[in-house]
Amino acid sequence: MTVPLVEISGLTVDFEKDGRLSRAVDGIDLAVAPGEALGIVGESGSGKSVTWLAALGLLPARARIGGSVRLDGQQLVAAPPRLLEEVRGKRIAMIFQDPSSCLNPVHRIGWQLVEALKLHRRVDGATARAEALRLLDQVGIADAKRRLGDFPHQLSGGLNQRVMIAMALTGQPDLLVADEPTTALDATIQAQILDLLGGIRRDTGMAMVLISHDLGVVAENVNRVAVMYAGRLVEEAPGKDLFGAARHPYTQGLLAALPTLTGPRRRLAAIPGTVPEPGKAPAGCSFAPRCPVAESRCQSEPPLGRHVGLLHRAACHLAIEPGFSAWNLPKAAE
Amino acid sequence: MSALLEATDLRRHYQVRTGRGPFIAKASLRAVDGVSLSLAAGRTLGLVGESGCGKSTTGKLVLGLVPPTSGAVRFKGQEMPAADSAEWRALRPRLQMVYQDPLGALDRRLSVGVQIMEPLAIHGTQSPAERRERATEVMMAVGLQRHQFDRYPHELSGGQRQRVVLARALMTEPDLLVCDEPISALDVSIQAQVVNLLLDLQERLGIAYLFISHDLKVVRQVSHEVAVMYLGRIVEQGDAEDLFARPSHPYTRALVSAIPVLGPRRERLLLQGDPPNPVDVPPGCAFHTRCPFATATCRAETPPLRPTESGRQVACHRVDEPALQVAA
Repeated sequence: MTVPLVEISGLTVDFEKDGRLSRAVDGIDLAVAPGEALGIVGESGSGKSVTWLAALGLLPARARIGGSVRLDGQQLVAAPPRLLEEVRGKRIAMIFQDPSSCLNPVHRIGWQLVEALKLHRRVDGATARAEALRLLDQVGIADAKRRLGDFPHQLSGGLNQRVMIAMALTGQPDLLVADEPTTALDATIQAQILDLLGGIRRDTGMAMVLISHDLGVVAENVNRVAVMYAGRLVEEAPGKDLFGAARHPYTQGLLAALPTLTGPRRRLAAIPGTVPEPGKAPAGCSFAPRCPVAESRCQSEPPLGRHVGLLHRAACHLAIEPGFSAWNLPKAAE
Repeated sequence: MSALLEATDLRRHYQVRTGRGPFIAKASLRAVDGVSLSLAAGRTLGLVGESGCGKSTTGKLVLGLVPPTSGAVRFKGQEMPAADSAEWRALRPRLQMVYQDPLGALDRRLSVGVQIMEPLAIHGTQSPAERRERATEVMMAVGLQRHQFDRYPHELSGGQRQRVVLARALMTEPDLLVCDEPISALDVSIQAQVVNLLLDLQERLGIAYLFISHDLKVVRQVSHEVAVMYLGRIVEQGDAEDLFARPSHPYTRALVSAIPVLGPRRERLLLQGDPPNPVDVPPGCAFHTRCPFATATCRAETPPLRPTESGRQVACHRVDEPALQVAA
């Protein structure tokens, strides 16, 4: 792999609650190459968002962050605020699920874009206004000139997300972290936004981390996928390896639990039980209590990520052979 | 096959103000605008569409929770009595509803057991001991543990809370369950548990479901038949597997093609723009503003929902044109 743009190693995040520490992220090793699209999937509470909020120093003070996050070799964990301000927006930008709560409701779209441009590019008013117009054009907003004078509440959810993307592009970042960018949007609008993000990446060569609970969204939009469970990385592979030949029982279970849009309908293979509560992860492998093939060492020793293919890593003591599933093949439903 | 539930030409219009001030004209928001559907006992009709298409309002209309502006609902051949009348209340145990947000549908101050028993306390005649026994039975049926009877909603996970809501709805052994986005708030692995549960319950108890969701994959998994709504109307209806495999209406085709899937990327029919404001529905076919195949006829005349030779019902002027099907 080329020199990574961002390299996360041994990242841990603990939240202080009632005087006790509860671990949300438990030792993540992950790298993003320049221009790459990396997908991060996992269920709620798996730590997929917290990892990136921690990397950018966006977590509240009660969060304790350990390990290292390097951007082009520069350490971001516990970095001085002035350094982080230079990174946020300019090197790494982030967009979130609910665009209308990220935009300021009392200012016009144009004003907010101009403010971001002044901050990130130190340009004067006239240049900033022209650039704001160009950005709205770039994110596919029709009649951009008139839209600059609109307030966020006058725009639909899809348009607001386009404005957020324009805002993220003001700093010409090397990496865009998109945290569930289309979860709040309707299917036809989601398709538009993902299409837009793909186009921008082709034009600018920007890298992207796409955080999503929807495996379909991830499968269609990234080169490489990392699967998180209970604060740990359980599997990491190029998309076609992960979706075609997953090696970790959790990933296999997730894939078997998905209904499909084509082909015969079969009974879904549900993973029994629920995700452990934060801070109450079991001693060994955190998936062991729900795993159909867990052995005694899975209960006591946390498995380390190891290579099961050239670019394929899985954190499982067993690392089931390709083509086999830890879950019994589901029976036909009808 | 006689229908358990039959709705004919349901409409629900709301008066909304289009601006501020005392002299602003009121406009009519047509949340549901001429929906007819029929559901047989033990079957599932899926209702899909994007936000604001009127699918949830339709769900409330068929239960009589919202009075229709016009149109009629018949349940087991009888006209649905007026909401809050004694007859309507007598019918309610047969018709239940499950909402998306289980935490919002549960009372945080009552233990789940008490809430599960509540429908019997309202509708039933049993003694408290019998109610408790029945509640425990139903809890086991939906995969909850006996010891969770005295738990409070916040002590349970999202999937368990959805099971509580489901258990409560099942207490009166309903014939029809309207499920409004019952699993949208749940994680994938838990979604599968609840989907399987719904299918098992249908097989065992013969409940009919009106299953409302924006998630086409889940709807396909649970439904026998599917109706697609756009701006208050059904634009296409047919057998679930067949409809998703061969969507006919341009909107259904766009909707199906917009769903991200694992595996090879499919051809995508990308729609321009947002759905129009339901206060200001375009004349003619409501979809013509976003339809790549719209003609002058589509802009002027509303296409009726009519059967095609494949047993499908489609509301599109151009659905029979072979050229259109090839262009997809």
